[in-house]
Amino acid sequence: MNKNKEQLLNKRYKAEKRFRLYGQSAIFMALLFLTVFIFKIFSTGYSAFQKTWLIVPVTFDAELMMLEQNPSKEDIQDADYYDIALKSMADLDPNANEDQENELKRMVSYFFEKEIKNELLNDPSLIGKTKEVYLTASDDLDQVFKGNYPRDLPEDQRRVSDYQLKIFDQLVANGKVESKFNISFFTNADSREAELAGIASSFMGSIFSILVCLMIAFPVAVLAAIYLEEFAPKNRFTDFIEVNINNLAAVPSIVFGLLGLGVLLAIFQLPRSTPLVGGITLSLMTLPTIIIAARASLKAVPPSIREAALAMGASRMQTTMHHTVPLSMPGTLSGTIIGLAQALGETAPLILIGMVAFVNTIPGSPMDPAASLPVQIYIWAESAERGFVEKVSACIMVLLGFLITMNLFAQIIRHKFEKKWS
Amino acid sequence: MIKIKAKDVDVFYGKKQALFNISLDIEENQVTALIGPSGCGKSTFLRCLNRMNDVIDICSVKGKILINDFNINDKSCDVVRLREKIGMVFQKPNPFPKTLYENVSYGPTIHGMAQSKQEMDEIVETSLKKAALWKEVKDRLHEPGTGLSGGQQQRLCIARAISVRPEVILMDEPCSALDPIATAQIEELIDELKKEHTIIIVTHSMAQAARVSQHTGFFHLGQLIEHGSTDKIFKNPDNTKTQDYITGRFG
Amino acid sequence: MNLILFTFIVLLGFTSYYFGRKKAYSIQSTKKRLTALPQFYGYYLAIWCAIPAFIIFSLWAIFEPTIVKLLILSDYSNQGYLDDELNLIYEKTKALSRGQFTGEITPFIKASAEKYLSLRSIAQSSKAVIVLSIIIASVAYAYKRISSNSRTREPVEKFLNAVLFTASLAAILTTVGIVFSLIFQTIDFFKVIPLFDFVFGTHWYPAKAFVRDSSEALDPTMYSDTFGAVPIFAGTFFIAFIAMCVAIPIGLMSGIYLAEYASYKVRQYAKPLIEILAGIPTVVYGFFAALTVGPFLKELGTSMGLEVSAESALAAGGVMGIMIIPFISSLSDDVITSVPQSLRDGSYAMGATKSETIKRVIFPAALPGIVGSILLGVSRAIGETMIVVMASGLAANLTLNPLESTSTITAQIVVILIGDQAFGDPKTQAAFALGMSLFLVTLCLNIVALRVVKKYREKYE
Repeated sequence: MNKNKEQLLNKRYKAEKRFRLYGQSAIFMALLFLTVFIFKIFSTGYSAFQKTWLIVPVTFDAELMMLEQNPSKEDIQDADYYDIALKSMADLDPNANEDQENELKRMVSYFFEKEIKNELLNDPSLIGKTKEVYLTASDDLDQVFKGNYPRDLPEDQRRVSDYQLKIFDQLVANGKVESKFNISFFTNADSREAELAGIASSFMGSIFSILVCLMIAFPVAVLAAIYLEEFAPKNRFTDFIEVNINNLAAVPSIVFGLLGLGVLLAIFQLPRSTPLVGGITLSLMTLPTIIIAARASLKAVPPSIREAALAMGASRMQTTMHHTVPLSMPGTLSGTIIGLAQALGETAPLILIGMVAFVNTIPGSPMDPAASLPVQIYIWAESAERGFVEKVSACIMVLLGFLITMNLFAQIIRHKFEKKWS
Repeated sequence: MIKIKAKDVDVFYGKKQALFNISLDIEENQVTALIGPSGCGKSTFLRCLNRMNDVIDICSVKGKILINDFNINDKSCDVVRLREKIGMVFQKPNPFPKTLYENVSYGPTIHGMAQSKQEMDEIVETSLKKAALWKEVKDRLHEPGTGLSGGQQQRLCIARAISVRPEVILMDEPCSALDPIATAQIEELIDELKKEHTIIIVTHSMAQAARVSQHTGFFHLGQLIEHGSTDKIFKNPDNTKTQDYITGRFG
Repeated sequence: MNLILFTFIVLLGFTSYYFGRKKAYSIQSTKKRLTALPQFYGYYLAIWCAIPAFIIFSLWAIFEPTIVKLLILSDYSNQGYLDDELNLIYEKTKALSRGQFTGEITPFIKASAEKYLSLRSIAQSSKAVIVLSIIIASVAYAYKRISSNSRTREPVEKFLNAVLFTASLAAILTTVGIVFSLIFQTIDFFKVIPLFDFVFGTHWYPAKAFVRDSSEALDPTMYSDTFGAVPIFAGTFFIAFIAMCVAIPIGLMSGIYLAEYASYKVRQYAKPLIEILAGIPTVVYGFFAALTVGPFLKELGTSMGLEVSAESALAAGGVMGIMIIPFISSLSDDVITSVPQSLRDGSYAMGATKSETIKRVIFPAALPGIVGSILLGVSRAIGETMIVVMASGLAANLTLNPLESTSTITAQIVVILIGDQAFGDPKTQAAFALGMSLFLVTLCLNIVALRVVKKYREKYE
């Protein structure tokens, strides 16, 4: 009997250990996913913050540029740079035939003409002289230089030819290839060319959408929360509103996209693809989140405060506006920021209202067509070019940076300003 | 015969000391009452006896508590076996949200005390009988235990505690949430149970202590001020603080 | 113009606030007692100034375009134009009046454009006049009503109360908006495609429903075997099932571990870290699934001699499962922590080990709450869009092999509606019908889940 008991006890302790281990491995798995995830994004994305430049000697030949003697600023502006641009690329290999000259041209971005022009605009005295100019390398060479390109593939499966690689390696050997911080990633709008594509347009799109969303969702949600928590009579209608809010918080985001499409675009005829419509759609989605947070923090204000104010002869409206609402603000604000962070990461509804359009200008107002950061991620992720992979990851890093900052901010507001009622 | 011997027990909640140097002997098969004003540490001491304080992270216990001459604060002590031998009844009735039968059979099941369904039925029946609950519930053993009245729930918890035939039963203000009639029933039950179990009861009712116990210990501000036979403590205490408390001058 | 008028109304509002308060002060200076603080007199006047004006202003903004359109198109009535053609004429007119018209300018359109411009300018000026006269009338009325014994606080507070109430209707309006936007397109869809074919059909090829001209659009025989949603529904539930296979064990066990085992320190760090997983946008998960997990599984499968699609249901479902882990873990963590300590004490005092206490006492007690959290997780999995769009296939295969690709409701909605849509097209309507089914399914799940969780909370609070 006693031995049996001993055995049973052993078994029970083993079961205990096993169960504990399950728990630990579950936590471990979840954290492992997170680590792999973050590692993968960072390891593919960090290189996008560097950009590869080819240093190419350019001869600013006035004749080729069709420039007269002593040209004015306007003349320089209107001059023809295509020929000298082509020539300077072709000069990289004096023995190149016509096909090879074409390949040489494709080693830099199609923007190279403009880069040369800017060089001359900055310093008009260069006419007739030769200067080494930094030209944006093509996205494939950019990837080659960063070591992301499978050079050992057979030539016909590569977008970079053996010839281009040969010239490129020569340039590298001569120190004529340089990697610098990629400013254009932050200042350029989207582009079909990976080496020129930037996040400025989608970033502004996101900012405008979030602002519209904030301006609509925050006041409405706070007012609704005040009504429901402080003034609403307890009846079936209020219960119905409450159930409605809770359900709305769990409705899939894509349904809000359909709402935006079916009502905002089709019926109200608001302009497609704009942050205005995106922001309104997102605000409907964030509304329940903010209402729930605001109600929770209103509820946390102890009734004694309200009673104290009412006993002083303040009306209910005054009590609410002077005491309860200000005291609940920290919780409401942090809930709002969290709701906005969710909205900032939302993609599907924006796709449906057309914010997935290719936009190569930076929007100046919420009425201009734009993409948003998450949609930009989607657009680039669907592109075939290898150069976009690192761009996607970099864009994700920017987006995650924003989300983390917002969440930290919400935490700080909550911990710093929220009163703890005991 | 001495069943439990506490020697120099100190208890800390974090940095705050809750019990100071408690030494107390507890007699077998008798009822020992621990009395004192709220917050004096009597419940804390009780929870030391089956190491329930382990559940609270910041709580640490020093000193020796010998049960059958074995120090339960020793590292080699197995809490699971300890708690099998020392049952506990709590202030608020806490039946599991399961059927009556499952509530009582819980202990025997996890400790593997019954080999067959029949044996288990027997254990459940005797435990409920000992807890004076059998007659009231025998027809609804498979209904949830939370559906009983407060007094019945508490007796169910007692039945649950005695189902594993513990040597000692700790009772932490078992009647504080009950009405006078239910209290009387439980007190009667305690008298019955002491034949087979050693009972330690924490109570804030001096009348209850006088009614049910043979020994009494008086706690004040984390210290054991005085202990001895219940008669002596109530009729002729040595310490003036005890005297004051008994006569209702404070607490 | 609108902006100027709008600013003007706001400015007038502030001015009337000032005048209202001034009048209150002047009443006060005559040693009469006021019935409310002077501010309330200001608010009272400001509300009377701005609100009627805004109501007229917005009604005008809503109805003006419709009325102008009707007036313009009345010239074309009885000429046998179709609705679509009339719309086109109106669009051309508008474009011409803005000077953005490219194409042949017919005299008709030119005349219409001129009429349009004159109508607009009449409308604008009459709007300004009406709004201003309304302001003057209502302010004058309100100003006269202000006296020492008039009540101003009550009406102001009543007004604020009404504003608050209106705001609380926003949630209902949103729900109504959702139903409204879905239902008409869905009804139109089922006029062409029988409900039976949609619910029980096993072939889904919306690309086949390419409409060449409008006479074909309403011919149901065109769409036989095109909009059978069974593969879509099956794919949706299948991928959600895979996701829950990942999320339930890991989420539940980590929730239990965090609630019952983890020391304060571990909890402090592990909980927010796991919750980061919930904060990552789904498009990022989609990218991760498509770029990393899909190819990895494919390679793994090839090395084991299995044929794995690069866009397998397993990749999408698995990554979706990772996304749902934190929902289940934090919800079940909450639910478990809210089980009263007394039950734990009761079990420990019986000599139960921790895992026995959890399995036999806490878990059964917390079960309703946990089921609720799992249902919410399922609802999320069904409604998740970006992961499936990016990592799972777009062809609707009816399969139960997790290594093949399948499609889901959400993915099909995106595929159909990305880019330009024509609203009369059965293909577009199909997307709305899918949206309707998605909305209904998740709504049921949510209602049940929220009820279960609420009941559970009430039990222990």
